[in-house]
Amino acid sequence: MNSSAIDHATFAELQEAAGADFVIELVDTFIAEAPQMLAELRAARTAGNAEQFRRAAHSLKSNSLTFGAMALGALARELEVKGLDRDPAADAQALTALDTAYAQAAAALKTLCHG
Amino acid sequence: MTLGVSPPPQGGAPPAWGGPALAAHAAHLLVADDNKVNRLLLTRSLELQGHRVSSAENGRVALEMLRRESFDLLLLDMEMPEMNGFQVLEQLSADLQLRDLPVIVTSSLEGITHIVRCIELGAEDYLPKPVNPVLLRARIGSSLEKKRLRDQQKALVRRFATSEVAQDLQQSGFALGGRRISATVMFCDIRGFTALVESQTPEAVIELLNTWYTLMFEAINSHGGVVNQMIGDGLMALFGAPLPLADAPGSAVSAALEMIELIELFNIDQVTAGKPSIRIGVGIATGDMVAGYTGTQSRATYTCIGDAVNLAARLEAHTKLAQRTILIDDLTRTALNAAVPVEALGDVQLKGKAAAVPVFAVLTTG
Repeated sequence: MNSSAIDHATFAELQEAAGADFVIELVDTFIAEAPQMLAELRAARTAGNAEQFRRAAHSLKSNSLTFGAMALGALARELEVKGLDRDPAADAQALTALDTAYAQAAAALKTLCHG
Repeated sequence: MTLGVSPPPQGGAPPAWGGPALAAHAAHLLVADDNKVNRLLLTRSLELQGHRVSSAENGRVALEMLRRESFDLLLLDMEMPEMNGFQVLEQLSADLQLRDLPVIVTSSLEGITHIVRCIELGAEDYLPKPVNPVLLRARIGSSLEKKRLRDQQKALVRRFATSEVAQDLQQSGFALGGRRISATVMFCDIRGFTALVESQTPEAVIELLNTWYTLMFEAINSHGGVVNQMIGDGLMALFGAPLPLADAPGSAVSAALEMIELIELFNIDQVTAGKPSIRIGVGIATGDMVAGYTGTQSRATYTCIGDAVNLAARLEAHTKLAQRTILIDDLTRTALNAAVPVEALGDVQLKGKAAAVPVFAVLTTG
């Protein structure tokens, strides 16, 4: 577990703005939805679907930044801006890094919400 | 898909998203975003600002909801399946009912060109995601205020112009100058108005005029005509302008006949109440004219200029001398259904006309 995966100031701002209880709900929604975005990225990579790839990366980036998951957001943004790589192996590597960053962010978010 | 209004947070400090706004500022907003986290968060923050919020998970659903229910503002994400934000903006600007709906784009799209394109397509504002709550509040307040002003303006235009002119203005915008059209013009006034004014109190005259205008507007509007000028005890109406009308001459004559009927009914009431009865004169002419806005950039009126306009005014003035109620020109008569009884009055030398013109009276039952 790595709690530095989440920028605490951003997360605290979100709690203050939307209410701590609501943020718990929001985190649960994110944790329920994010694996699908990651799966979509892989499927798009396999199918060579550039549009689907970019869109899934975009969604993941957008949500990551909402919660202050900066590292995850930066990786997702990189994929969104760059799009499908000519070399599938490069994307495979990036996706593995993304999975790791997500696992760390999700764990940190759960800790922040539920102690 | 509509999300219910979520209850306020239980316990803890009140959220900083501002607490409920004043009731007067509460609006009905639509959030369109395919991402559930974004949708929930935006909905939540807007509800905390005191607004009523519905949400849609893509552009197609959003458009359906906008066409079904009334909203004050749309918060639109760009990246969406089925129909994206750009397509929604295009559809909105092509829709007369929805083109004035304020749209705030909320997106984390990369690149300034996307933002420029949103604004070009009519979006009012652009908020990058994650949306800053303070900015959100400010932008929504300003958009709603602009919408209120626009709505007020529209209501004013409707009061001082006809709905046809208002619609024409909305569609084509305001520009001085005109375009050539074929239409029928009607002038109408109250006979012996000066004597009437002398025998009545000013209040009674105003009341009489208001009733008279109400009746004339009713008859003219119900036949597709548009009253474009009110001149004391008279009015000018257009048939076939600014919007085309299938049978402008026939409609104008039918309107005139209904005006006479309404005046007769009105006179029965007047006489019963011991008040003076009134008589009117109507002149109608058809032809090519230039229709458009004349005046200055700051104050203008929609009107028609052309020979037929002068002719209609002269015919109306001539009703007194001819002792007929409705006088029409040759082009109007030619276009008339044979069932309308018309009396030829021969060629008449009208004031301001170089040559005598054929004049016809439409026979009224009364």
